Amino acid sequence: MRARVFVTLKPSVFDPQGTTVAEALHTLGYAAVKDVRQGKYFELDIDARTPDEARRIAAEAADKLLANPVIESYRIEVDTATAEAVTR
Amino acid sequence: MKFAVVVFPGSNCDHDAYHAVTHVLGHDAAFVWHKETSLSGADVVILPGGFAHGDYLRTGAIARFSPIMEEVRRFAQAGGPVLGICNGFQVLLEAGLLPGAMLRNRSLQYQCEYVFLRIEQTDTPFTSACRQGQVLKIPIAHGEGNYYAEPEVVERLERNRQVVFRYTTAEGAITPEANPNGSVRHIAGLCNEARNVVGLMPHPERACELALGSADGLVVLESVVKWGRESFLGDSRTDVTRDRPQEMTPDPISVR
Repeated sequence: MRARVFVTLKPSVFDPQGTTVAEALHTLGYAAVKDVRQGKYFELDIDARTPDEARRIAAEAADKLLANPVIESYRIEVDTATAEAVTR
Repeated sequence: MKFAVVVFPGSNCDHDAYHAVTHVLGHDAAFVWHKETSLSGADVVILPGGFAHGDYLRTGAIARFSPIMEEVRRFAQAGGPVLGICNGFQVLLEAGLLPGAMLRNRSLQYQCEYVFLRIEQTDTPFTSACRQGQVLKIPIAHGEGNYYAEPEVVERLERNRQVVFRYTTAEGAITPEANPNGSVRHIAGLCNEARNVVGLMPHPERACELALGSADGLVVLESVVKWGRESFLGDSRTDVTRDRPQEMTPDPISVR
């Protein structure tokens, strides 16, 4: 089963990379892009029976390693299409 | 005194630390590979600069799982002096031995330059030979040294006097230009609540000889020798030994 983990800096933490990307986009004429936050993306291939179990394991992995709770937060999506494909 | 210099895959200032301790300071040092589980009776532990595990994921994030880190944690909890320099500081943060985290430098550039550090606290093992307010000229070399902690954590650090080094001008003034990386409150280094674990981004071990541009960093290493001597002698600082001639002062830990 595939879990996708998106790690981003917390809203309260200044993101110098995101700001620089936003400025570059403004230079390209994309005035409509108000803000950019840069983050990290992980795909975890997890041996789990249910999406809930996969989500629990991914959350543990994010808490312990993938994200630094001092500066980062994360969001998890479990790929249920893959889950069905596997269970079928 | 015996120093342990921990070597992670990707450490590259381990030899700088070894050189400063042995050839300049005149004490013993041994390299300790990160897979080891013993510090072999060292009196001081240095986590050196570099790019442990290639800085993969986040700086210091993988190094904290190295087997030796359990022993470093035990050593620190027992009150042993631990110094994290640059990447070593980042490892201490990720391991939770010091609070906070590092962000990318405000400039987004890897910065390699001399900076000025003001000594804020002298009651740590690594600043005991410094003067309060003393300014050191020491180089930095990092891309992620922009220290960050939640506002309430920063307040606690200030209240507990855990900010040990701050970026200032040569005169010791706090100005925006004196802050090379955007660190909150100009924090260049700090200690834990017990004050025996110290981390800083600048490299004192690279500034121990005038031939290298500055010898200001040597006082950091001299401090831990002084601290060790005083803690081994217990209360002797206030008794008669204080008035003995210098060469008569017992020095049980520098037997080498």
